[in-house]
Amino acid sequence: MNMTWEINWAEIAKATGDTLVMLGWSLLFTVIIGLALGIILFLTSRGQLLQNNAFYGVLSLIVNILRSVPFVILMISVFPITKALVHTTIGVKGSIPPLVIAAAPFLARLVESALREIESGVIEAAQSMGATPWQIVWRVLLPEARPGLIAAVTVTAVTLLSYSAMSGVVGGGGLGDLALRYGYMRFRTDIMIVTVVTLVILVQVLQSAGDRLVARYNKK
Amino acid sequence: MYDNVPGRIPAIQQINLHIERGEIFGIIGHSGAGKSTLLRCVNMLERPTSGTITIDGEDMTALDSRQLQVKRRKIGMIFQHFNLLSSATVADNIAFPLKLAGMSKAAVRSRINELLELVGLTDHARKYPNQLSGGQKQRVGIARALANHPDILLCDEATSALDPQTTSSILSLLLDINKKLGITILLITHEMQVIRAICDRVAVMEGGHVVETGKVLDVFLKPQHAVTRDFVGQVSDLSKDSSADGPTAALEPSAMPRGTRVRITYIGSKTYEPILFQTVKSTNVSFAILQGTISSMKDVPYGQLVVELTGGDAHEIQEVITKLKQEGIDVEVLSS
Repeated sequence: MNMTWEINWAEIAKATGDTLVMLGWSLLFTVIIGLALGIILFLTSRGQLLQNNAFYGVLSLIVNILRSVPFVILMISVFPITKALVHTTIGVKGSIPPLVIAAAPFLARLVESALREIESGVIEAAQSMGATPWQIVWRVLLPEARPGLIAAVTVTAVTLLSYSAMSGVVGGGGLGDLALRYGYMRFRTDIMIVTVVTLVILVQVLQSAGDRLVARYNKK
Repeated sequence: MYDNVPGRIPAIQQINLHIERGEIFGIIGHSGAGKSTLLRCVNMLERPTSGTITIDGEDMTALDSRQLQVKRRKIGMIFQHFNLLSSATVADNIAFPLKLAGMSKAAVRSRINELLELVGLTDHARKYPNQLSGGQKQRVGIARALANHPDILLCDEATSALDPQTTSSILSLLLDINKKLGITILLITHEMQVIRAICDRVAVMEGGHVVETGKVLDVFLKPQHAVTRDFVGQVSDLSKDSSADGPTAALEPSAMPRGTRVRITYIGSKTYEPILFQTVKSTNVSFAILQGTISSMKDVPYGQLVVELTGGDAHEIQEVITKLKQEGIDVEVLSS
C-alpha cells in the first residue's frame, strides 16, 4: 500500500467537473424521457383517463427489461446506439446515452407511482369541469404530484451519480474513472479515498437539495 | 341503463326521471343503491350502456369528447371529499375552471372575488386547502363549481363528511344559490335531513332502481316503499306507525278506552289553525293526541298527529272525520 498523499488536485477537480457534466446532461435527458414515459404509463394504466391494456403491457415490459439489466452490461450492449448518437463510446459524451437509457425507465416507474398518489377524485373533479387530458396532465397531475416528482428526480440523480462512476470501467471519465485507474489499478488508496469522499459529498448535496424542495412544495 | 353483459350486474337500470329547471331534486338511497352512478351519468363521468340523458334538449350520450368538455363547463359538481387541488390556494382552486375555459387574467381575478364573497371566504383566498376546515373546503368546492355560471349543480354526498352544524350551513348556502341564481340542483345523499331541508322533489333508490319518487312532503308524509319508510324514520318517529297498522306498543296504555284511532296530516297554513278543536267542539266527541310531529319541510310547515277519538257514537265520529276532510285535512283511520 502506498500512502504518500501526493494528490494531483487538478486532476481530481477535472474529474469532479466531468462527473458533474455527465450528471447534468444525463439528468436533463432522463427527466424529459422518464417524465414523459411515467405520465404515459400512468395514463394508460387500468382505470385511468387513457386506459389501454395492450399498450400499457408492452411499455411496462420494456421498462422492466431495461431496469433488470445490470448497468455495466446495458452500457456495453447499447454501444451501437451510443455510437450512432454521439459518435463515441468513451469519455463524458459516450457515457451520457447509456446513463439515460438506464435511468429513464427507473424514473418512469417512480413518476408513475408518484402520480398514483393523487386522489382519483381530484382528476374526476377536473374532468367534471371540462378539462382535456392534456390540461389534466399540466394543471392537475404535475402540480399535485410535484413533491413526489422532485423526490423521484432526487433519487434518480443519486442513482445516475453511482452509474456514472461505474461507467469509468469502460473509460467513461469522471470520478469513477479516476478511482478505478489510480485507486484500484495503481493501488493509490489516497486517491480512492478522495474520490469516494467527493462522491459522498455530492450525494449529500443532491439529497438535501431535493429534500428541501420537496418540503417547500408539499402543501398536504 | 348499464352494461348488460351476462355476469355483469347493471349498476342502475330502467330509470326514468325528469328534473325541472330551477328545482332542487334529491336522490336518496343506501350505499350501493346506484345513486352515485346515476349522478355521474348526468355529466358522463360514467357512460350508460343504454338509454339517454337529455339536458336542455341535448342528448349527452351523443356528444363527442370536445362537445362534452364544453357542455361540462355548464354543469358544476361538488363532492363528498371536496376534491380540491392540494397544491393550489383557495383562489387558484376557484380559478381552475375559469382558466380551463380560457378566461383572461383580469376577468379571472374579478370573478374569483365575486365567488369568494358569495361563499363567504374572502379572507381565505391565499390559504391552501389543508389550512381549511371541512365546511370551508366545501365552500371552495361550491365556488369552483359555480365559477363558469353553470345551469346545473350536481352534489355528490356534499355534506356527508361534515358535522351537523356545518352541514346545515352548507345546505343553506345551496338553498341560497338555488334561489338567487336559479341553478337547478341535483343532489344525492343517504341522509333524510338533507332532503327535508332543501329538496323540492325526491327519488328513492334501491338496488339500481328508483322505487319511489314525488314531492318531498308527499313522500315524507306517506312513504310507500319500505326503504323510504326507513329513511323517513331517520328524521321522524312517525314512520314507526306508518309501517304498522296502528300505533306502537309504547302508545298502548291498557287503561285507555278504545276509541277510533286516526292519523291526520295537515300542510301549510292549516298547521297554525285550531281545526281539530273546532271540529269536535260542537259534538260529544273528544280526542287524545297519542303521537305527533309539527315541523317544517324546506319552508312548508306541516303536522302529523295520531289521535284517538272517543265519546259519541260511531255516527258522530264519522261526522268528525268527514268534517276534517272537508277542511282539507288528510285523515286516515288506523283502527276503530
